Amino acid sequence: MIDQNLPILQIIIPMIAAPLCMFLRHHLWSWLLALVISWICLFISIALLMQVLEQGVIVYKLGGWAAPVGIEYRIDTLNGFVLVIVAAIGAVVMPYAKVTVDKEVPRDRAYLFYAMMLLCLTGLLGITITGDAFNLFVFLEISSLSSYVLISMGRDPRGLTAAYRYLVLGTLGATFYIIGVGLMYMMTGSLNIADLATLIPAVADTRTIQAALAFLTVGLCLKLALFPLHMWLPNAYAYAPSAVSVFLASTATKVSVYALIRVVFTIFAGVNVLEIISVRDLLMGLAIAGMFAGSAVAIYQSNIKRMLAYSSVAQLGYMILGVSMANVSGVSAGIVHLFNHAVTKGGLFMAMGCIMYVIGSVKLEDMAGLGKRMPVTMAAFLAGGFSLIGVPLTVGFISKWYLIQGALEEGWWPVAVLIVLSSLLAVVYVWRVVEVAYFQDPPEGKEAVTEAPISMIIPMLVLIGASYYYGIDSTTTMDVARQAAEVLIGDVK
Amino acid sequence: MAMSADFPGLLIYWVVIVLMMIGFYIVISQNNMVKKIVGLNVFQVSVFLLYITMGKVKGGTAPILADGFEVYSNPLPHVLILTAIVVGVATTSLGLALVVRIKDSYKTIEDDEIQALEDDT
Repeated sequence: MIDQNLPILQIIIPMIAAPLCMFLRHHLWSWLLALVISWICLFISIALLMQVLEQGVIVYKLGGWAAPVGIEYRIDTLNGFVLVIVAAIGAVVMPYAKVTVDKEVPRDRAYLFYAMMLLCLTGLLGITITGDAFNLFVFLEISSLSSYVLISMGRDPRGLTAAYRYLVLGTLGATFYIIGVGLMYMMTGSLNIADLATLIPAVADTRTIQAALAFLTVGLCLKLALFPLHMWLPNAYAYAPSAVSVFLASTATKVSVYALIRVVFTIFAGVNVLEIISVRDLLMGLAIAGMFAGSAVAIYQSNIKRMLAYSSVAQLGYMILGVSMANVSGVSAGIVHLFNHAVTKGGLFMAMGCIMYVIGSVKLEDMAGLGKRMPVTMAAFLAGGFSLIGVPLTVGFISKWYLIQGALEEGWWPVAVLIVLSSLLAVVYVWRVVEVAYFQDPPEGKEAVTEAPISMIIPMLVLIGASYYYGIDSTTTMDVARQAAEVLIGDVK
Repeated sequence: MAMSADFPGLLIYWVVIVLMMIGFYIVISQNNMVKKIVGLNVFQVSVFLLYITMGKVKGGTAPILADGFEVYSNPLPHVLILTAIVVGVATTSLGLALVVRIKDSYKTIEDDEIQALEDDT
């Protein structure tokens, strides 16, 4: 009984828990509830992925109405994997969040914070699990609206303007997406993703469908912050409360990348979309431009959270580059990088959260000598930095290895060279922090600081540890990613 | 003047496109944060119109079962857009709430002045 209803429980449990948090009206009880729920979500998502790997695609009909009339949840290897990423980050962030929220969010609003976290989790899981294009829009807005609130909840007023700008651009992106869905509905009369895949080829040559594709791509690229549509991202991540930066940086853009993969490789599976109207050249060009522009701007940031945010723009470039290659190596590199970047960037933002908690600033000049005073945190930052660069034994290396392999399979050796060159830029911005933290003396006259509380250190070490564990033995993640990529590429004619 | 048989034809789609571009232009060009939200609303309303228009079936009545009517408009896009309207209301109210708090913190709601204040710090 329960294992047949797992797909709906995955969504309904956090969705019902969010208003319960509001009723509890107590920062501690709300946190406990959110913590328990996030772990339940993680177990459900792992159970679902196991089930998919054993038995193939799970189709769940909401209310017993069969598609295309009803809405269905459809889980295959790809979104099973993304569900686990989102739920796992949620489960690791919740224990971390407690102390940072107590410090960064006014106490009387803390219970609202946890309610919003749960709603955001619901939205992100919903985007991933749903098999209906319009339902995806609804979940997209649930996750977006709650993340605007989360970003604005800190004490820094710049979080407010960051949230406002994200709201304007995010709404434009989501509205572009529904225009695209509407145009597809006009031509096919269906909103079900699997159904659309069979109906699109017959009408693929019409201008309406091509316009739909353009709207869907631009809308989702805005949400996933592909260069040059990334303007909302740096401030949103930099001025949000620490726990929010960790959660959004590791999940929100990844889920939008997933949605783009769905559009390109599932809805438009019958037509080789990357070849028509040169979508491939466009995505690949912007991805490479983003890899360089993101890293280059990151080098000049003095706020390290902002630096990490720009580095995210570059890392999203790698994911989209993999997707645009449209061969098994490239796409599986893109998919596995969803996971790899989530754990690495999550760990790095957690390190910044620890520093924020202890010294109250994430500015580079305030970090002088921190290597001696907060050895564990800075070591974790350095280790995560290695993974951003793509040093062997880290997950960053695995992603780049398969990306380069994908480029070489197509004979695009200049692309492979560019991937390596852009990694060198990451060396520069990671080194700047290392230099200040390890080779400068701590300022005189400031009281000595110690490490952050253990409830922050452990989640950080778990994520950084994962980025080495899955870097040394990548068979688990790579197998899943490759299987997902093979299914996607197999669909494309 | 006699109406042509296929009136209004694509007219409403042209209205949609014009509205959409007006809204989009306001979002991009305006400096005032409240006006930006107004532009966003115009932009979203154009999409509501797009959906409602595509559900119209020529000669069809409102989709309510009644004797003597055979052709109905498609109710599904109308239902979809009800959801989108709710989302639009939520976005507008959240956007305006943020503007109120920005006004409290910065004493202005002009984007360039806020930008200048933020660059100083």
